[in-house]
Amino acid sequence: MIEIHEDKCDLCGCCVGVCPENCIDLTESRISIEYDICTDCRKCEWACPFEVFEFKNQRANVKVPA
Amino acid sequence: MKDSYDVVVVGGGPAGTTAARFAAMGGADVLVLEKDREIGVPVRCGEAVDHEGIIEFIQPDKKFVAAEIRNFKLVAPDGTVVKPLIEGVGYVLDRRVFDYELARLAADEGAEIVTKAYVDSVTRNNGRVDGVTVQYKGDRIRLKSKIVIGADGVESRVGRWAGMNTTVSMHDMESAAQVTAANVNVEDDTCLFYFGEKYAPGGYLWVFPKGNRTANIGLAVAADQSRKKHALKFLEEFMEKKFPDASVLSKLAGGVPCAETLEEVSMPGLMLVGDAAHQVNPVSGGGIISGMIAGKMAGKVAADVVKKNDMSLLRDYDQEWQKSLGARHHRYYKIKKVIYKFRDNDLNSIAAAMSKLPESEQTLGALFKQAVIKHPTLIVDVMKLFFS
Repeated sequence: MIEIHEDKCDLCGCCVGVCPENCIDLTESRISIEYDICTDCRKCEWACPFEVFEFKNQRANVKVPA
Repeated sequence: MKDSYDVVVVGGGPAGTTAARFAAMGGADVLVLEKDREIGVPVRCGEAVDHEGIIEFIQPDKKFVAAEIRNFKLVAPDGTVVKPLIEGVGYVLDRRVFDYELARLAADEGAEIVTKAYVDSVTRNNGRVDGVTVQYKGDRIRLKSKIVIGADGVESRVGRWAGMNTTVSMHDMESAAQVTAANVNVEDDTCLFYFGEKYAPGGYLWVFPKGNRTANIGLAVAADQSRKKHALKFLEEFMEKKFPDASVLSKLAGGVPCAETLEEVSMPGLMLVGDAAHQVNPVSGGGIISGMIAGKMAGKVAADVVKKNDMSLLRDYDQEWQKSLGARHHRYYKIKKVIYKFRDNDLNSIAAAMSKLPESEQTLGALFKQAVIKHPTLIVDVMKLFFS
């Protein structure tokens, strides 16, 4: 899954522009990912000018069967 | 804030407030929603514009012009400097004040502007956009509008919420970092551009003076080339080497959509303007002027739609944009794809050939001609460019 280092984020929106799932929320003061929708494509990680994202090799959106 | 408007503009940058200004001027009831707490802040921009571009919208004023530009210097990877002749004058702006002024002009026409208002979706009815939901002062409010204008910048979520494809490819997104630095030794009337793999692969580095030994120093790297080394790293290395005594007054990140202009910039109930509509010049990355031009078109059309109560007129905005700047950007995008193929040795040989020409012949046109001569395979690309 993609981890966010919020302290590095400048809230610029570059990641939002390349996110194919439109699952990054950027308010005036916060960044967050909707992990249910995120597919771990890592485009945000590569596009970010400030190295805010870090890919951790574990699946974020595994649904536990009921 | 009321619960219903003729036009709701999402985003208070130059494209958004210009759209608001002209929609209000045409008699529409207009609201601008800006997510940040202040118009114009934070600045995410190199801040350079040309005189001809801005005078249609606002008279240049020393309160927002930081420097007057009369020269360009282009630096090749091997250090060769080319100084092409340029006509006219350009400005490096203080965007904080500039954006404020544009917002004030919109407000003077009657547009209502609300800051710290975060739009989190658009609402639809029968396939037509009919408003937005906005988080404001702890509440989530549904606002109805005849037309929504998405001026939400590089993020361009308004369009995507409505079903338009505004995602920027990694190839076309420029990942940017910039500092505004003091105690830098720069010429106050000269914009510097550095090209090459070591400075900014798939992009360029800029030094734009802002007077009193300050400058915007930034670079943009193509997002598909920044995996191993991100924009900020490139910038820190450059600063360390060229301006070790600089004090950094501000540091910012940004994304510039240097993409093909969208095939459609409107749909029923919605128009997109500025970076949100990929209306940036794909070669230079400049978007202030084209965003304002599109904003003016969109604002006028929106007022017309409201006045005549005829949503089909919304397509006039598409047609006007495609006919004017859209066609030009389409051509620029093809040029960008050609330039993208240049490697450092191509750039060096172009610069070397340019610097051998008499000074009076060192124009931007000659630069392009040299580029073609020095890179024969480009001739095919350029032929395609002009005959396709």
